[in-house]
Amino acid sequence: MHDDTARLTASGLVCDRGERRVFAGVEVRVGRGEVLAVVGPNGAGKSSLLRLLAGLLPPAAGTVAWEGQPVTDDPDAHRARLHYVGHLDALKPALTPAETLRFQAELHGQSLSPAAITDALETFGLAALAHLPARFLSQGQRRRAALARLVATSAPLWLLDEPTLGLDADSVARLEHALERHRGAGGLAVVATHGGLDLGAHATLDLGAGAS
Amino acid sequence: MNAVAAMLRRDLRLAWRSPGDSANVVLFFVLGVVLFPFGVGPGAEILARISVGVIWVMALLAALLSLDRLFREDAEDGSLDLLALSPAPLEFLVLGKVLAHWLVTGIPLIVASPLLALFMQLPAAAYPVLLLALLLGTPTLSLIGAIGAGLTLGTRRGGVLVALLVLPLYIPVLIFGVSAVEAATAGLAVRPHLLLLGGLLALFVPLSPIATAAALRQALH
Repeated sequence: MHDDTARLTASGLVCDRGERRVFAGVEVRVGRGEVLAVVGPNGAGKSSLLRLLAGLLPPAAGTVAWEGQPVTDDPDAHRARLHYVGHLDALKPALTPAETLRFQAELHGQSLSPAAITDALETFGLAALAHLPARFLSQGQRRRAALARLVATSAPLWLLDEPTLGLDADSVARLEHALERHRGAGGLAVVATHGGLDLGAHATLDLGAGAS
Repeated sequence: MNAVAAMLRRDLRLAWRSPGDSANVVLFFVLGVVLFPFGVGPGAEILARISVGVIWVMALLAALLSLDRLFREDAEDGSLDLLALSPAPLEFLVLGKVLAHWLVTGIPLIVASPLLALFMQLPAAAYPVLLLALLLGTPTLSLIGAIGAGLTLGTRRGGVLVALLVLPLYIPVLIFGVSAVEAATAGLAVRPHLLLLGGLLALFVPLSPIATAAALRQALH
């Protein structure tokens, strides 16, 4: 079943939350430079699907594979190749965006120069606020600081859960630009969205249509 | 190992930016011990008799007080997702967090203890052993506490549950910690007691990160 054009594949994914079956039989194929948009009504399991693909949540059935290899064979390598941006911004109120980025890069085994941190923040127009504790940032600014880690360290797979939440038009354009560059470099992205973001998606997975 | 250092630096920086959290733990420890002379009377003899036990029990309770926060804030702001998704093993990150927890809560307790020992009329000969026993025992308190904090992360009333889970596990530390100081007061050999405290520490340094990381992964499901 191995297919050179698809790097991230998932087949027969089943997700149960508590007693409830959220979705079943979900298939995912994303190749180099491709973006998969995940749509569906609230509760259709968009966030759960992203957590399954990240390996945060074990599927009730089915497998997630990278270049044909199940990711459970080498979970450390899978975590090293992905960036996950969930609903929560993972910023500490007492830490500045620059400090948070440096720490997150260290977790990926990289030490960032101050210039690299400023560049990453500037991608989302935040360089001026790099040294302001996150508790003084607005919701949109916090979101942009969270997104900055996508470009601070490179990873081939981006998993974005409604990344535009709280973003203004300018920031959405910056995110689209960052996604464009990521795709240009052969990166993959799976993005859960309610619209409002021009993903240039190669495919759309509608969780609402498949389930029940 | 870089991940341990990175985690340690982040948590120390956070503690440094909000020193109140750490100060509260020490104040609780000091106030709790200070209540005893009011409760049992200021007689030097009875205070000296109960001093070691009171200091150790209050150290356990003070360590417990700060545990609920250990992973809860990271879970609530999404940082825990990122820690679990870091290529570095979660066990190492837990070890970094526990080390930071001990440095910001355990060390201040140790520093405050001679003053309390003086207040509680502990014989002067026992001071070095008290400090040594606390130095060996308090890291174990943080390590055991992390398991409890990890296990109760998914529950709503974490605080009480942590106490119920963790306090029974603290008993060996309490027993050997107290017996070391009492041996010193009585002029007996303290080495066996300290070795047992060191043994507990050596047991939990690997055990706690493994158990805590497993509990955290479960909580993220």
